[in-house]
Amino acid sequence: MVEPKIVVKDLNIDYGGAPALKDVNFSVMDKEILGVIGPSNSGKTSFLRALNRLNDLDLACKMKGSIFLNGKDINREMDAEEVRKKVTMVFALPIPLPMSIFDNVAYGPRRHGIRDKKNLAEIVEKSLKAAFLWDEVKDRLSSSGMKLSGGQQQRLCIARTLAVEPEVILYDEPCSGLDPISTAKVEDAMRELKSRYTQILVTNNVKQAARVGDRVAFFLMGELVEINETDRIFTAPQDKRTDDYLTGRFG
Amino acid sequence: MKLKPQIKQKIAFALLGLAAVTVIVPVILILAILVQRGWPAISWQFLKEMPRMGMRAGGIFPAIIGTLCLVAGAISVALPLGILTAVYLVEYAKKNWWTRMIEIAIVNLAGVPSVVYGLFGLGLFVIFFHFGSSILAGSLTLAIMELPVIITSSKEALMSVPRSFREASLALGVSKWETIRCVVLPNALPGILTGSILGVSRTAGETAPILFTVAAFYLPRLPQSIFDQCMALPYHLYVLSTQVPNVRPALQYGTALVLVGMVFFLNLVAIIVRSHIRSRKQW
Repeated sequence: MVEPKIVVKDLNIDYGGAPALKDVNFSVMDKEILGVIGPSNSGKTSFLRALNRLNDLDLACKMKGSIFLNGKDINREMDAEEVRKKVTMVFALPIPLPMSIFDNVAYGPRRHGIRDKKNLAEIVEKSLKAAFLWDEVKDRLSSSGMKLSGGQQQRLCIARTLAVEPEVILYDEPCSGLDPISTAKVEDAMRELKSRYTQILVTNNVKQAARVGDRVAFFLMGELVEINETDRIFTAPQDKRTDDYLTGRFG
Repeated sequence: MKLKPQIKQKIAFALLGLAAVTVIVPVILILAILVQRGWPAISWQFLKEMPRMGMRAGGIFPAIIGTLCLVAGAISVALPLGILTAVYLVEYAKKNWWTRMIEIAIVNLAGVPSVVYGLFGLGLFVIFFHFGSSILAGSLTLAIMELPVIITSSKEALMSVPRSFREASLALGVSKWETIRCVVLPNALPGILTGSILGVSRTAGETAPILFTVAAFYLPRLPQSIFDQCMALPYHLYVLSTQVPNVRPALQYGTALVLVGMVFFLNLVAIIVRSHIRSRKQW
């Protein structure tokens, strides 16, 4: 039996009012792509932000339960920086930092103490290649990351997270602002990264989850309704609510 | 009687324009009078000579240097202290009564009359710390007076850096302090600097805070250390205008013109810094 990468136990989150997540239990396997779908307000993003402790920043956010990464409790046995370095996040809107393309990618490694120029250049090239961006930007690494197109910016953000050599990459609706071609490129990058990283993709686009996910989890009103192999979810959902959502009866 | 909308609009525009002109006219008048009466007094000698004959002749060199020292001293204390306070308040402080106390204190600090700062400086720095009447005491007094302006403008600048930048950095496992140092501060710096320079330029013209803490009535030599007294432009102007009989008005206007020129120059620097950095700003 392979040890799961991430185990979520009795996760409850609330923001002082109604709970955002209720008793969520499941695990994520190593090097799988888990698609997370559900209507807005179903707790997808809260769940994602719990995984790399970004919820810590929101003082109103109360969390109960535990999350284990490689068997270690991320809230009790690791500090936030350590968790976030291993579990990085790509946001809904591309957020290049206001610096050059090179500096954007080198930002993480530099902050984690890598000073050697040659080493940094290698990391930058490797990360940009892995994010399918290298060919488009290799001649203008010193120009601003903010001058790229939306799709390029998002791949730049993926490259930036790859540069810190994470184990898990979280995507929070990464293609919500992108056109279909850019979306396809981002999805290509995800498939390519599958060999090395565990990836969790939160998306409003059910088809996208079907395209790239190995397994798909369906959240509704803060509950994990169903999690299963992608094929099974889409062809033979176990729960009526999943079926209703996928066939467009609500949400 | 009902007016046509077009006419109403014309009246409204006229009133608004009038309000704008009312603001500008005094500024232009002050500058025009200063330049007209003060310019004849301005000469190389006036700027770089010691005052002579009980300040009725000679230049204002020590007052210029004194004011520069005070401004430099004040900014070198107030700027780091103010920025660090703002970073604490914006990035670290929890929203509790302690933070509210600090914020209320800052607001109140901004509202304290400048002569009270002067007395405070006299009590604390001059007498209690035994700095005597000195550049050090004067600079510190001015620094405390500048603090609210610097803190407020730094806070604004820090808060204007998008939250998403911070999250992007934190999500890479970068620590909070590194995030502040490498992402937040560089992007907030232009705002911090312009706000601070504008604040400082105001203190360059303050008389009351330096009155008891540093300003010398008549000291025709340059300060040798930070424990020396010095002359300062605003106080010198006050002395020339009220304390010394039979001073040529040109001297007074000349002194005022130099003071206004210095303040104007500082503001100009702030504006140039701001526009320069704005043109490079990417978000």
